[in-house]
Amino acid sequence: MSESKTHGYLDMELLRFSTAGSVDDGKSTLIGRLLYDSKSIFEDQLQAVKDASKRLGGGEEVNLALLTDGLRAEREQGITIDVAYRYFATPKRKFIIADTPGHIEYTRNMVTGASTADVAIILIDARNGIIEQSKRHSYIASLLQIPNVVVAVNKMDLVDFSEEVFNKIIEEYKEISKILKLKNVIFIPISALDGDNVVDASSRTTWYNGPTLLQMLETLPVRKDENNLPARLPVQFVVRPYSNDFHDYRGYAGRVSGGTFRVGDEITVLPSKTQSKIIAIDEGAKSLNEAYTPQSVTIRLADNVDVSRGDLLVKTNEPQPIVSANVSLLVCWLNHRPLNEGGKYIIRHATEETRAIIKAVHYKVNINTLENIIDDKNVKMNDIAHISIKTLKPLKYDSYSDNRVTGSLILIDENTFETVGAGMIVHDLEDEAFAI
Amino acid sequence: MSINRLTHLKELESESIYILREVAAQFEKPVLLFSGGKDSIVMAYLTYKAFYPAPIPFPFVHIDTGHNFEETLTYRDDLVKLLGAKLIVGLVEESIAQGRVVEEKGFSASRNKLQTVTLLDTLEKYKFDAALGGARRDEEKARAKERFFSHRDEFGQWDPKNQRPELWNIFNGKKQLGEHFRIFPISNWTEMDVWQYILQENIPLPSLYYTHEREVFERDGIIYAALPEMPRRETEPVEIKRVRCRTIGDITCTGLTLSSANSLEDIIDEIASSRVTERGGRSDDKRSEAAMEDRKKAGYF
Repeated sequence: MSESKTHGYLDMELLRFSTAGSVDDGKSTLIGRLLYDSKSIFEDQLQAVKDASKRLGGGEEVNLALLTDGLRAEREQGITIDVAYRYFATPKRKFIIADTPGHIEYTRNMVTGASTADVAIILIDARNGIIEQSKRHSYIASLLQIPNVVVAVNKMDLVDFSEEVFNKIIEEYKEISKILKLKNVIFIPISALDGDNVVDASSRTTWYNGPTLLQMLETLPVRKDENNLPARLPVQFVVRPYSNDFHDYRGYAGRVSGGTFRVGDEITVLPSKTQSKIIAIDEGAKSLNEAYTPQSVTIRLADNVDVSRGDLLVKTNEPQPIVSANVSLLVCWLNHRPLNEGGKYIIRHATEETRAIIKAVHYKVNINTLENIIDDKNVKMNDIAHISIKTLKPLKYDSYSDNRVTGSLILIDENTFETVGAGMIVHDLEDEAFAI
Repeated sequence: MSINRLTHLKELESESIYILREVAAQFEKPVLLFSGGKDSIVMAYLTYKAFYPAPIPFPFVHIDTGHNFEETLTYRDDLVKLLGAKLIVGLVEESIAQGRVVEEKGFSASRNKLQTVTLLDTLEKYKFDAALGGARRDEEKARAKERFFSHRDEFGQWDPKNQRPELWNIFNGKKQLGEHFRIFPISNWTEMDVWQYILQENIPLPSLYYTHEREVFERDGIIYAALPEMPRRETEPVEIKRVRCRTIGDITCTGLTLSSANSLEDIIDEIASSRVTERGGRSDDKRSEAAMEDRKKAGYF
């Protein structure tokens, strides 16, 4: 190696994206192609895939889909049973892929995988166009407020790289993105199998002048607005050393979840509404002047106020979150035992834990037709519903569309302790982006 | 790069520290599994940072197979002193003496599998309810599917088909009596991220990671240290080579890499141009295509 690569690697940006597609849309092949063409596959991994391809009767042809098939149970059944995470880097960015299966019964995995994504890639088979599952994937991208959606029209090789087919899909999809109010939708014609427009530009789509999928992923802006949000810091842990050197040290450890905190900022502690001022921001043994999203820091305040885990630090002069025990949310149900209207659940919201009762199920969403269902309020696994809950302790929350951390919560079964629901808080559903 | 954007390393660090603090808050008796390898060294430093200036609020446990490189043990003891952590050692030798496990025989014998029993016994003995490990999802295909908070039943088993959904950064560590969690704060780091972080934070490492001359022998394409813990066949001659460890396990499962890298910069360049994965040199993963999946289901990390 002539020149050290070390320096360039230390200050890359991180982009998280999820992939969703139906069973035969070629999703595994696409990820395999992305890893292979960006030279993120090592020889021993490739050899294992070659061996497996041969054993499964694929001859000498390397089946790139096998690069991402994880567990024995999956290989035997030829399916993907859970979210798998993949990693690769180019000189520009480091990428985390949440690879989520597209079967009808796995909406919960898709929600899980997409919950932290900056970009959702939705695969569409060029031969089939937009199908019900495409709508479901798009709905989930909208529900989770993923800032960017890339519609990858795959298997273009099987429709002779027809511009007409591609444009027809764009036209049809625009209907969906209008209904769902998707913000930034990008269309790319690809062939995952042959590699067209995945990493390298295709010579077979001369009519397409846009970027390849990887070029797009390398240049999309990443969560650029986070630092402009009202500042929020859910307190995780109170740091009290009780040592001679740090006798009076009392710090509030947490991750900045929106906005920026600076030394000297006037702070309100919620729910107590106690006020104080930041005198120090610590990161390990280092002291900082400011902390921004999503930094993990420890904040010290001027006054000896009562702050504990679950409290929320906000800036006094900025828009305040709502502090209320009544919460309205869209919930994605994740458990085989249906939601119990009138039942009690444990709630985990930011660093707070409390209990809640389900007061009402307002309606369910048919995410295949994008219509509301009001006559069936039985919320089963993979259903999305609008519900109201009342919590034991008041929550300090924003709407999910304003803040992904203070606007989200999970429901936990009181007996099994399983995570049974994923909730996105809505202020007033009429105004929400995902109200249909 | 735009102003006020965390670099990938800062973002990964922040995520890991967030998880470490969640563990300290949600569990009664957490423990950090320390193997002596670079991943658990990074974990130790992250933990120190997460709670500073308070002491690390949980002990470290090292499961000692009895086949460790001497450098690993020296480094371990120095690090524990430096960070002010408490160390508990679980000995595989003891599990063998107690008849809890039977030693494998033959040239490819390894205590890698046996250490699962010692690990579970140690967790049980001290009633630890959460064990933190430095496993990464990029290491192995079974790990790619595991959660940050990995729920284990009372037998320590992992059920890949029945994992709790993990949404946003909300972690559910609730459990029934007798159950526990394995927690992997650096799940999202890659091998390269770990090395870059070590460089950025200027973390000292055991000398095994840097090039050195050593007596070695080759078996099935993997270079091993020629030490008494590792019996050789007559057809496996000892040679002297310049090598280093890319990962460190115990002597019987650590493959060595031919290398002249003697600085972190050299190592990072070497990895950037490497065409095999780090676990390509781990004989414990070569036993079968689903080796890790099977060991995890049995309670392994």
